Amino acid sequence: MTSAPPREIDAALLEQEEDRGGGVRALLGNQVAGPLAALVLAIIIFGLTTSTFLNAGNLSLIATQSVVVGTLALGQTLIILTAGIDLANGAIMVLASVVIGNLATDGNALLALAAGVLVCVVMGGLNGVLIARFSLPPFIVTLGMLSVLSAVARLYTDSQSYPINSDLLTVLNRGLTVGGVTITYGVLLWIGLTAVLGYALTQTAWGSHVYAVGDNRVAAALTGIKVKRVLLSVYLTAAVVYAFAAWQALGRTPTADPSGYATANLDSITAVVIGGTSLFGGRGGVVGTFIGALIVTVLANGLTQAGIDSLYQQVATGVLVVIAVAVDHFVRTRQTR
Amino acid sequence: MTEHVLEARGLTKRYGHVVAMDDCHFDLRPGEILAVIGDNGAGKSTLIKALTGAVIPDTGSISVNGQEVQFRSPLDARRAGIETVYQELGVAPALDITQNLYLGREQRRKGILGSVFRKLDKASMRHGSARQMADLGIRVQSIRQKVETLSGGQRQAVAVARVAAWATSVVIMDEPTAALGVRETNQVLKLIERVRENGLPVVLISHNMPNVFQVADRIHIHRLGRRIAVVEPAHTTMEEAVAVMTGAKSPESLQTDGGTA
Amino acid sequence: MNASRTVRHIAASGLALSLVAAAAACSSDDDSPASVAGADDVTIGIVELNLSNPFFGTLQKATEAAATAKGWKVMKAEAKVPGDSATQVTAIENMINRGVKAIVLDPANPTALVPVVKQARDKGILVVTVNATLTPIDAADATFATDNTAAGRLIGQWAKASVPANPRIAMLDFDLSDGPAGGRHNGFLEGFGIKDGDPQIAGAALTKGTIETGQAAMENLLSAHPDINTVYTINEPVAAGAYTALKAKGLDGKATTVSVDGACSGVQDVKDGIIGATAMQFPSKMGEMAVAAAEAFISGGTKPQSGLTDSGTVLITDKPVAGLESQTSEWGLQNCWGEK
Repeated sequence: MTSAPPREIDAALLEQEEDRGGGVRALLGNQVAGPLAALVLAIIIFGLTTSTFLNAGNLSLIATQSVVVGTLALGQTLIILTAGIDLANGAIMVLASVVIGNLATDGNALLALAAGVLVCVVMGGLNGVLIARFSLPPFIVTLGMLSVLSAVARLYTDSQSYPINSDLLTVLNRGLTVGGVTITYGVLLWIGLTAVLGYALTQTAWGSHVYAVGDNRVAAALTGIKVKRVLLSVYLTAAVVYAFAAWQALGRTPTADPSGYATANLDSITAVVIGGTSLFGGRGGVVGTFIGALIVTVLANGLTQAGIDSLYQQVATGVLVVIAVAVDHFVRTRQTR
Repeated sequence: MTEHVLEARGLTKRYGHVVAMDDCHFDLRPGEILAVIGDNGAGKSTLIKALTGAVIPDTGSISVNGQEVQFRSPLDARRAGIETVYQELGVAPALDITQNLYLGREQRRKGILGSVFRKLDKASMRHGSARQMADLGIRVQSIRQKVETLSGGQRQAVAVARVAAWATSVVIMDEPTAALGVRETNQVLKLIERVRENGLPVVLISHNMPNVFQVADRIHIHRLGRRIAVVEPAHTTMEEAVAVMTGAKSPESLQTDGGTA
Repeated sequence: MNASRTVRHIAASGLALSLVAAAAACSSDDDSPASVAGADDVTIGIVELNLSNPFFGTLQKATEAAATAKGWKVMKAEAKVPGDSATQVTAIENMINRGVKAIVLDPANPTALVPVVKQARDKGILVVTVNATLTPIDAADATFATDNTAAGRLIGQWAKASVPANPRIAMLDFDLSDGPAGGRHNGFLEGFGIKDGDPQIAGAALTKGTIETGQAAMENLLSAHPDINTVYTINEPVAAGAYTALKAKGLDGKATTVSVDGACSGVQDVKDGIIGATAMQFPSKMGEMAVAAAEAFISGGTKPQSGLTDSGTVLITDKPVAGLESQTSEWGLQNCWGEK
């Protein structure tokens, strides 16, 4: 800052500054509190109503079941924070997984995995260029990509699936066993990705720029932020995350299936929205998404165990989505005076 | 003429047959608030765009602190120490005050945390923004407040604080009070005076004559793509200024100051 | 419609794909209506479901091969996504204009196609449905399909004879309002000699007919009921997913899985011990029966017998039980459908 010598600084302003717990408090601020409360409430209810829900094995199963959509949703979060949307993320992941499955059948698994990353980066990059460089609407671009890539995956495989036998490709389904409970490497990877992306969003200039671009694109551009470059970086980063999701999927279900995960795009959006990220951009974060993905899995797992018709799981998920959107709407209209 | 912080000579800009600037001059002295007034279509905004790098003039020269400059983009003007507050609220409402003040100019931690892990120095930025807000006498509860929790006047104050923090030579404000109520407008006008007290000259573009006469040290009257007069509020009435601005009265009838067309 | 398989391919996102489907429906007319078939030429129409599913691809290819073997021309159309009856309606309208003699239809919806089918029949065109029925069933001249209840009954009877005396059953279903899915479910229970709500049923879960949804459903049920030893699955991909879940719990040798389909990959799973028994259906036979009915009508004016004609179901298992006719997985691999 280049201003003149300081006058007396407002004590209240500086008091805030001494607060060392700021980072944690910000994390658990109002954007995560709601989803966290919903998750805890769901766990308590299922814990009281079924005898099998609240055991360590089942809780680790819930985490394991969340990793594929949960990882996809991390990438989706970045894009939604910029006020975009990605309808093609599931299709990108499936295409990458069948490419990996095919190449690994007779070849080197590591090279196959690298090819999968390349598929994701090229497809995500294509989305990014169309959206950032040519300013096309994300909904339409990714809707088109969804259609194209789903077809390409089927043409590429002739609608057949590939069994996965490579240790490298299924390693994420193995894990550390502590006291009879297994935490898979896939879960650890999911937590790690959440931490890295959470750090990037909250502790780096890039993160501030992502939020600013989603919040007020004009203001961001006026301050000198290179909006198009930020958008492209977001779509590319999300694409790398999708490659991790493809690897997660191969570990979870050791089959590369072109017809699998057909609703993963909407499932990932559901997790993001339930996690408290605003579809209008600029508000939310990956920790909320992590919790959102867990909530969706907890509902499916708990209702099945309670012997309740699975259709109610869709009802419950839908109600949570509407509540989350309503809360977001309330927050935005109350504060935009 | 080196006493001018910002100076333009003979600026011309044509769009086809339309002459947006016609041999236009401009001077800004150190530590003053210079208002720029003109009727709609007089070409004020083209002049301001030329001074902030958004428009490249066909002919003419611009100098900052006596050094001639060639602005090819808004970034060039910014590098020369010229910062602009725009009419539309140029803030990101979901971000907090500190993030807004430092947007695009974030500070990183020293050492490996900053160079490799790109970690922001949030403590230092909070300290800087608290000091900046105090310097300008802007009162908020906390610099961690999200901008959307502020009133319209406070938001514009944040935009002004941001610009004043980074400007090294000139602050330009394009209709900064157009969207505000009376009380909030007064807050922003006080802020503009505070910026001047802190040593930065201000260019204020406004349609609001009472505001202009309240804070300006000199008034640049723009008409038909050029400066036709510069007057001082102490020696000129609002009616006279408006009459000259609209062509109802000739500029020669006024007591002018600081050069003519 | 044959939902369990159809839904394997539930092509993504409701909103997204309904838009695509709407667009597709608008542009599905890729046949020139100008060239009307000559008097000597016989053209028949084949209207299939979404061909991303190998079952429907097999059915379409068999029908087309049988028709071209008779020297007929073929007009083809297919739904873009499951349930896409709009595209099928447009296709049938085009076929009527084109003057086809017969239409072989795999309807995407039991009622939505009834009016256009009536329109075709009023013009003297024979309309037979394959794989699925219209409602009412006599809205079409005839139907050639798998009797899904019979298929379910076969695997139910086999399971009853093969599993321990204290069965703990997991039901991995698909939306039971769907005709074939409901038929298989009820047939299995009937064959097993129990009813919905029987205490031998440990739990039930809905899948989307895909590998990964079958796996997640099985995991959830096992978490609550680790004593499950009998697994009913709506189709073979769900059985494959269930196997992954069982194996993770070390139960792969202890639980018995039954399924329906007879795809080559499913029969291979029978051979590998992943599936205990599956009820094979015959898409090629459905197509051939439909073309034979069309030939009788075109050459002699004979309409086929109205109602459902079962194209047959064969139990495939390598552990035959007394009193229940079955074939081995070796036989199954000779007769299965889809890619071998």
